[in-house]
Amino acid sequence: MLGSRRVRPLVLARDLHLRYPSGVVALAGVDLEVTRGELVALVGPSGCGKSTLLRAIAGLVPFTGGTLEIAGKSPLDARRERQGDAFVFQDPSLLPWRRVADNVGLPLELLGRPPAERAPAVAQALAQVGLADAARAYPDELSGGMKMRASLARALVTRPELLLLDEPFGALDELGRRRLNDTLVALWERDRWTGLMITHSLLEAVTLATRVIVMGESPGRIVASLAIDLPRPRPLDGPEGPAILAHVAALERHLGSAEAPR
Amino acid sequence: MSPLGRAAGVVGPPIALFAVVVLLWELLCVALELPPYLVPSPIAVARAGIEHADTIAWSTLLTAAGALAGLGASLVLGSLVALAFANSRWIARAFYPYAIFLQTVPVVAIAPLIVIWFGTGFASVALVALIVSLFPVISAATTGLTRVDPQLLDLFTFYGASRWQIMLKLRLPGSIPHVVSGARIASGLAVIGAIVGEFFAGYGADEYGLGYLIIVTSGQLRTDYLFAAILASTLLGLATFGAVSLIGAAVLRRWRSREIER
Repeated sequence: MLGSRRVRPLVLARDLHLRYPSGVVALAGVDLEVTRGELVALVGPSGCGKSTLLRAIAGLVPFTGGTLEIAGKSPLDARRERQGDAFVFQDPSLLPWRRVADNVGLPLELLGRPPAERAPAVAQALAQVGLADAARAYPDELSGGMKMRASLARALVTRPELLLLDEPFGALDELGRRRLNDTLVALWERDRWTGLMITHSLLEAVTLATRVIVMGESPGRIVASLAIDLPRPRPLDGPEGPAILAHVAALERHLGSAEAPR
Repeated sequence: MSPLGRAAGVVGPPIALFAVVVLLWELLCVALELPPYLVPSPIAVARAGIEHADTIAWSTLLTAAGALAGLGASLVLGSLVALAFANSRWIARAFYPYAIFLQTVPVVAIAPLIVIWFGTGFASVALVALIVSLFPVISAATTGLTRVDPQLLDLFTFYGASRWQIMLKLRLPGSIPHVVSGARIASGLAVIGAIVGEFFAGYGADEYGLGYLIIVTSGQLRTDYLFAAILASTLLGLATFGAVSLIGAAVLRRWRSREIER
């Protein structure tokens, strides 16, 4: 039975249901497997439950049916020992009264690490995202892109195994977003954490991810999973350009079928 | 424009308007031969002000002390009440209607009661100032403590922050801008409260604040003196509001936050 000895997925959802107390059904029968080292993009019409799925994995909202495991543990247990994963929010969500370094060190502070242990981790995380010079700045002194970099550094400071990203660079301009995506992919290629990232741009999804998952709406479920097996980097005007566009077109078709019947 | 020029541009127009109004007032008094006990001329008011400068200055100081004591007490008490409200929905539900009562009860109606209970003197004056200025502090601080960016709350929850950590590192610092704007509103009210308090709870024959001075001079139809006292009250109110605004601006700068529009 050698073939059945598969690597246990890092994120495993089976028939996952989530119904809010208000009665709104956000997720209905989501099956999801994310293997270690994958960089998965999650796309779907707005309101299809992408964010809810991410928040359920983060243990921020309780699911109401099915199973959900992070490294074999329940999301809440996984959350209790929050070394393993990190969450990057839509907005930078920095505390305006703290310097950048103190913002980046916040997760370690909340986890009760002593200052002597925090300082080198913070310095390293800041260097990773190219913000070493901004450590002593306040958030209001940073550009939108730099704030998002600080937010990314804060997520990386615990050296997470799983990085959950909720449409993190959506508020940035095109160039800023591309730069941050490059940084993200470079960090992923070096450290190979597992990433699950919501995006509304199909091109971005295909350019970044090892796999793209398409969610459908009303109620939220997964309608397609498309592996993107292309060499990096993936510029549109490079040799992989046509393949990238073909993937985008395929995703568009899936998205079309994902829309709720009207 | 030079800073001096800009300052002149801000201060110039109101001063010019003031000069015109005073001049018109003087001319009208002379031209219409208004009786001085009804409308004293600006010159008569100035003469009364100079003649009684010592008394007015002392009264102003006394009223200022009453107002500041009341304001300080309402900042402390209001913040404590807001902390209780923010920490217990039950307490908030039970007590909030009575906090609104503070806002709606006419202070002139309860001031006599305070005199009956606590007698005349400084403590009663400060107590009236406290009652009048308390609600804005409670309301602003409660809003600041409870209205937190949901993403920041998620961030703290995600890293397993305790209630205590959320209060200390997120809610309290986040409430500072609200408290500052509450304190500004309360500062003007505290001066009004102290003066009204002195109407009823004014001191004895040889020590009295502006409120008492206003009552006495109006009773004696010494209208020029009364005008001077009213002018001193207005200046005291402006000075208090200005001082609290300056302190507030410094606090906001330190906290890297902007004024909350209310």
